Amino acid sequence: MSAHAAIFTHQLGRVYKLRGPKQKGDPTTIVALTDINLTVARGELFGLLGPNGAGKTTLIKILTTLLLPTTGTAMVLGLDVVQQAQAIRRRISMVSGGETSGYGLLTVEENLWMFARFYGLDSKVARQRIGEMLDIVGLADRRRSKISDLSTGLRQKMNFVRGFITDPDVVFLDEPTLGLDVTAARQVREFVRHWMQAHPDRTVLLTTHYMAEADALCDRLAIIDKGRLLALDTPANLKRRLQREAVFTLRVAPLGRRPLRREDMLEAVPGVRQVTVAEVDGATELKLILESEDALAGVLDHVHRRGSGLIALEKREPTLEDVFIDLVGRGLDVDTSERREDGY
Amino acid sequence: MDTEMDGERVVKRQGLSLFWATMWARAYPRMVGAFRERSWLFFETLLPVLAVSGYVFIYRAIQAPPAYTGFAVLGGVMTAFWLNVLWSMASQLYWDKDQGNLEIYVMAPGPLMAVLLGMAVGGMVMTGTRAVAILLVCSLLFDVSYQIAQPLWLVAAFVLTMAALYGMGMLFASIFLVSGREAWHLSNLLQEPIYLVSGFYFPVKALGFWVATLASIIPLTLGLDAMRQLMFAGDPTLGFLPVPVEVTVQLVLAVVFITAAYFALAKLEAIGRQQGRLIERRR
Repeated sequence: MSAHAAIFTHQLGRVYKLRGPKQKGDPTTIVALTDINLTVARGELFGLLGPNGAGKTTLIKILTTLLLPTTGTAMVLGLDVVQQAQAIRRRISMVSGGETSGYGLLTVEENLWMFARFYGLDSKVARQRIGEMLDIVGLADRRRSKISDLSTGLRQKMNFVRGFITDPDVVFLDEPTLGLDVTAARQVREFVRHWMQAHPDRTVLLTTHYMAEADALCDRLAIIDKGRLLALDTPANLKRRLQREAVFTLRVAPLGRRPLRREDMLEAVPGVRQVTVAEVDGATELKLILESEDALAGVLDHVHRRGSGLIALEKREPTLEDVFIDLVGRGLDVDTSERREDGY
Repeated sequence: MDTEMDGERVVKRQGLSLFWATMWARAYPRMVGAFRERSWLFFETLLPVLAVSGYVFIYRAIQAPPAYTGFAVLGGVMTAFWLNVLWSMASQLYWDKDQGNLEIYVMAPGPLMAVLLGMAVGGMVMTGTRAVAILLVCSLLFDVSYQIAQPLWLVAAFVLTMAALYGMGMLFASIFLVSGREAWHLSNLLQEPIYLVSGFYFPVKALGFWVATLASIIPLTLGLDAMRQLMFAGDPTLGFLPVPVEVTVQLVLAVVFITAAYFALAKLEAIGRQQGRLIERRR
């Protein structure tokens, strides 16, 4: 299986040992990845979904030969990342969100030419492909601009061209739309989709913490948190896991301070499986996963007892965010670490 | 012809051909940079000229032989190369790491040694333009006259000094591959003391045999001394060692530094991958 897969990992783990400037004794150990088992088929657009610090980037750095695993095995196109790094490098590329690579003095075209030459492209072929791909991403008119003059969005488009110009078999996209405006992010997603259609034998591994992006792009998804793989399936199947549950969004008057006693918290209401709370425009937004609709009455009663009141209620189809909340107990885009520990 | 959407595979070079392509690609930004932003011409010529002026006026005040003016000028010219090696070779990968380029260098199939060599070639070209500018301005300003006795030896001394110096820069860059901000501090630390022990503005012979011998590990020490002997042939007694000896030492240093850089690069890349130091960004 590993020889035919684009990406294969078996019990992959990575531990960082960090020592602070004034730290004496043993270094601090940070477990970034634990027992990751993953098989990505050739031709797949595979997503890794998880919050910041989940281990997504660590996994990508191992697969792109920039980092060695501490335990387990990782293979790309049947090649071992530890022993056959050089052979892998010829066949992959990576683009990261917020990337600032390149030299500001050089033009877009010159930077891309330089990077293409690192992959052994002939000068003429490189220039031709640069021209074609700049056309595709709508950057042709800026080909002779210095990259120091480009906006974040345009620079990310250039990075995309860099990643794809070398004709890779596997492309790793690490948070590729990070920091982009809505239009630029959509263009980037369109580009990836078209490239996969034009090259059905190639593979893309994409990490993101944007649910909609993962849902829209990926054939299959792995949800990762605190270095562990929690679920792996198609977006549709992942959402199907919650179809027997009732998923609601409630907008209520501000709930105020968190109760001190666990039995007074929202999570203690019978039938509530998961809840995340966010303050939105002066109100409190509750995203609830309930075991059944019957539990809703208890939730509303709880809200009233805490001096709040219902503003709006929406029953929704499960989204990937709900799946994530169900698996992890908190949302992706909101820092709910305190709530995770203490409830609401 | 390959196009993006036709599904055909792009032919990619391998082996020496890839090494060559990578080297020139990395040299390109430096060679272009030398001519694209011309503001350097003012700052990077004026400051060395000021430094040289101080020594020239001291030598004139104490009525030192005229060749000393030329010694100071040549030292001023070579400071450009030393600064380039420190800041654009040794600590360059630290900046590249911070900017995100290092990951691309390591991840690309082009050998890292070719990237380093490209940095060196580009650095020599870029700094060569500055050095020529300093040489011309100082020579005109201080009316320096050169007596070049053996042009081929002079060329050999210069070329081998450059090879040894940039070889040392490549070795430093390899070592700094896994370092963070300390690379920057170390470059700072090396900058001024080397001006002194390598005899940038005076004959290194004045430091005594043992100090000059120890300082010879820095290629500029004997390189400068040899070039001074060859460019100001009127006063050969100021030389530290005979020119053929100094040129031979430069050859040995070049081979040793470049070979050491090759092995250090492989070793430190492995350590960097193991410890995660190729991907961290810290200031």
